[in-house]
Amino acid sequence: MASPIRSIKEFLTGIIYMAIGSGAVLIAVLGDYKIGNAVKMGPAYFPLVLSFILIFIGLISLVRSFIKPGTPVGAIAINGLVLVIIPTVLFGLLVRKLGLVIMLPLLVIISSYASRQFRWGPALALAVGMTIFCTLVFIKGLGVPLPILGSWFGG
Amino acid sequence: MELIANLGLGLGVAATPINLLYCLAGVFLGTLIGVLPGLGPTATISMLLPITFVLPPVSALIMLAGIYYGSQYGGSTTSILVNLPGEAASVVTTIDGYQMARQGRAGVALTAAAMGSFFAGTVATLLLALFAPPLAEVALKFGPADYFSLMVLGLVASVVLAHGSLLHAIGMVVLGLLLGLIGSDVTSGGQRFTFGLPQLADGIGFVVVAMGMFGLSEIIRNLEPGDDRAGLVTWKINRLMPTKEDWKRMVKPILRGTILGSALGILPGSGSILGSFAAYSLEKKVSKYSKEFGHGAIEGVAAPEAANNAGAQTSFIPMLTLGIPSNPVMALMAGAMIIQGIQPGPAVITEQPALFWGIIVSMWIGNLFLVILNLPLIGIWVRIIMVPYRYLYPAILCFCAIGVFSLNNSEFDIFLMALFGLLGYLFIKLDCEPAPMLLAFILGPLMEEYLRRAMLMSRGNPMVFLQRPISVTLLVIALLAILLVFVPAFSKTREEAFVDEG
Repeated sequence: MASPIRSIKEFLTGIIYMAIGSGAVLIAVLGDYKIGNAVKMGPAYFPLVLSFILIFIGLISLVRSFIKPGTPVGAIAINGLVLVIIPTVLFGLLVRKLGLVIMLPLLVIISSYASRQFRWGPALALAVGMTIFCTLVFIKGLGVPLPILGSWFGG
Repeated sequence: MELIANLGLGLGVAATPINLLYCLAGVFLGTLIGVLPGLGPTATISMLLPITFVLPPVSALIMLAGIYYGSQYGGSTTSILVNLPGEAASVVTTIDGYQMARQGRAGVALTAAAMGSFFAGTVATLLLALFAPPLAEVALKFGPADYFSLMVLGLVASVVLAHGSLLHAIGMVVLGLLLGLIGSDVTSGGQRFTFGLPQLADGIGFVVVAMGMFGLSEIIRNLEPGDDRAGLVTWKINRLMPTKEDWKRMVKPILRGTILGSALGILPGSGSILGSFAAYSLEKKVSKYSKEFGHGAIEGVAAPEAANNAGAQTSFIPMLTLGIPSNPVMALMAGAMIIQGIQPGPAVITEQPALFWGIIVSMWIGNLFLVILNLPLIGIWVRIIMVPYRYLYPAILCFCAIGVFSLNNSEFDIFLMALFGLLGYLFIKLDCEPAPMLLAFILGPLMEEYLRRAMLMSRGNPMVFLQRPISVTLLVIALLAILLVFVPAFSKTREEAFVDEG
């Protein structure tokens, strides 16, 4: 291994900070946000100051990543990432169309699958329990405007 | 005596059956999430915030406050019985608490924790009642420059208290400030960084960010391979009553812990965590039983538990008197007040005396409930600790998804929450702590506003921050706090101490 990067965490953090900072500068410039002056600050003044600080911090981090050895990133919960984020997004996309009684059990079962001790029995029981509980509390009790049965089922 | 009249007014509000019920519900929920590792007050209060819309303001705030200080109680139970801190502020309690449990003194440790917390809660309530009104008067003298410096101090404190690299914590703060500016610019009315999305015109709701970064990403982190919570053993609770010797050894540590916790809790950016660590270190130094520390010293349970409960309560002071939240939980409380049509700040005491004193008195009542909940009813919590995480997190996910939707009845917020969950996990993996970012996110628009006003009034002269006595004092404290990081003894505790506050 002859990679000059000695701390991958510093390196990635530096890149992220610099990317977000430059992105904000770019948006402010392209969007023609007014800078103004110190007395009458325009909408771009404070964000630009922050962006430059962020780019600067990112730069330091980047330089440090070649100098100071760091710890590796470690195990990443790919299972957890995929099986938590995807069903959440699906929930947002489809809840009005399918309704709570379909989306909520899906959310529970898909996310439960991320656990290494997943078993169908308890997961199904939890799905049923949560659906009944959330329907009663949120929809009946608090009046959250989510359909119990979605538009695809004429709900 | 004005104080007694005020407390009487508060008692009249807090002791109505309905508010007693919400207070009980709050501390019950607080104990519950305190007991459950992996679910903290920030995520819970975000999930419950939509529910409180339908409550009267006093009841809502009484319940939310109860969740916060209640979680400090519950956290100690898990620390003592299973050697897992239920809350970040209970990390040090595991050291001696669990050892006591192994020696068959779990019950005594629980009593020490509960008694310490109750005493601290009582004192902190009184301190809040005594000091909040004069502080609110000082707050009326605050100009824009002073507010700006106060927020700088709060952010610096949150950076100093974050674990991991100082540079990255500062980066997270700047990033948070920047994200907070998304939406309409107050002064010009123009849109900034909205990518042309109408859903972003009012900015990103902080509850969305909190649920993503503290709810979702925490779940993902707990699902990491090799982080199993299987095989938990709880120790039997034989006897709750401490011996005479135990009582004698508890008194002074509880007193010291209370004082330390109360003082540190007021500091912006701190809350309850710093106090518990400081109290433990102090006891270890001054106690004549210091050799027993780490092997089941009762002082090592009583002092930090007193301190974290005291800190949880005094951390309400900056929010209630200055309107500036000092940690993410207080920001959520401030958010709850704004939703209820109350602007947090120095005017609350004079304009809403019933609300203000009602909350304060409810804290004392809540502490009383907590002693009852945590000692005679300890059996319930022992069973709840054994609920496996695999049943817990899908439920949390459901509450987050429905809760975040109900804020604006918008699916867009669900997508944003998922995005912040992803970002939050990325930052956790890179050792960048989300707590300072969330605080900065909330303070971003306020800071810009006060900076603009201060500079307008001083005609563009930045020296205004050094010319005003309040402002310069706050900035000096902030500078000292940064310098503290470079003191070796402190930086060592900092490294050991600050795991994620969830």
